[in-house]
Amino acid sequence: MPLILNISDNVVCARLSGEIDHHGAKALREQIDSAAERVRPELLELDFSAVTFMDSSGIGLIMGRCRLMESLGGRVRVSGVSGQLGKVLRLSGIDRVAAIDRAESPARSKKDQERRRADETDQ
Amino acid sequence: MRPINEMQLTFESRSANEAFARTAVAAFAAPLDPRMDELCDIKTAVSEAVTNCIVHAYGEGSLGKIYISAKLFPDRRLRIKIRDCGCGIEDVKRAMEPAFTGFPDGERAGLGFSIMQSFMDRVRVSSRPGRGTSVIMEKRIPER
Repeated sequence: MPLILNISDNVVCARLSGEIDHHGAKALREQIDSAAERVRPELLELDFSAVTFMDSSGIGLIMGRCRLMESLGGRVRVSGVSGQLGKVLRLSGIDRVAAIDRAESPARSKKDQERRRADETDQ
Repeated sequence: MRPINEMQLTFESRSANEAFARTAVAAFAAPLDPRMDELCDIKTAVSEAVTNCIVHAYGEGSLGKIYISAKLFPDRRLRIKIRDCGCGIEDVKRAMEPAFTGFPDGERAGLGFSIMQSFMDRVRVSSRPGRGTSVIMEKRIPER
């Protein structure tokens, strides 16, 4: 599973893509952790906008990184969350631990956006 | 009620097969013409159950067989059974509690059963310690 890391002084941005499951999660966390431990950024951003599928391994991935960043004195932001990923995230309650930015992807259909708005009002 | 179609799969408990399993079950469910979100629910639930077999039932580092059977019923129900012959679960009720995890290292969320229960209509787990576990899940795809 390809991972793109953008590293600047205070921010490490990990752009995840494809399907995140238990099989791929180990390699992802090793790459992200080695960058975070080297740079010790204020912010680790996990960008899920190119992720097409995620099961609870993705929650484990976020939880583990929150723990790491806490020990390094930084924080985690999760961005690009939409559709099925949002559903898994809501169920986990991880939004109480990490900052979640909802995706506003222009490619997404109007119907989908309406459904998402309805979902958000439900909460 | 007699099924209108059924399939069976047997594969090794290698983590690479997680994607194979969820994709295969999703393809089997395709004649029900599920919406994208319903298909995602099914794929996620299968992924969780199969990951449990790999991580918990057999344990990483040892291999066993995972058996999936699926049936489609005339009332548009999909029934999936995912079975292993691994270590089994002593206390199924406790294992199904949200955030219970056998590996509290922070990398497993302990959400597998919660996801299966909230993404599928019905989940039934039966297990015998030392013998294995089977998870039966059902989801009805309403006609549109």
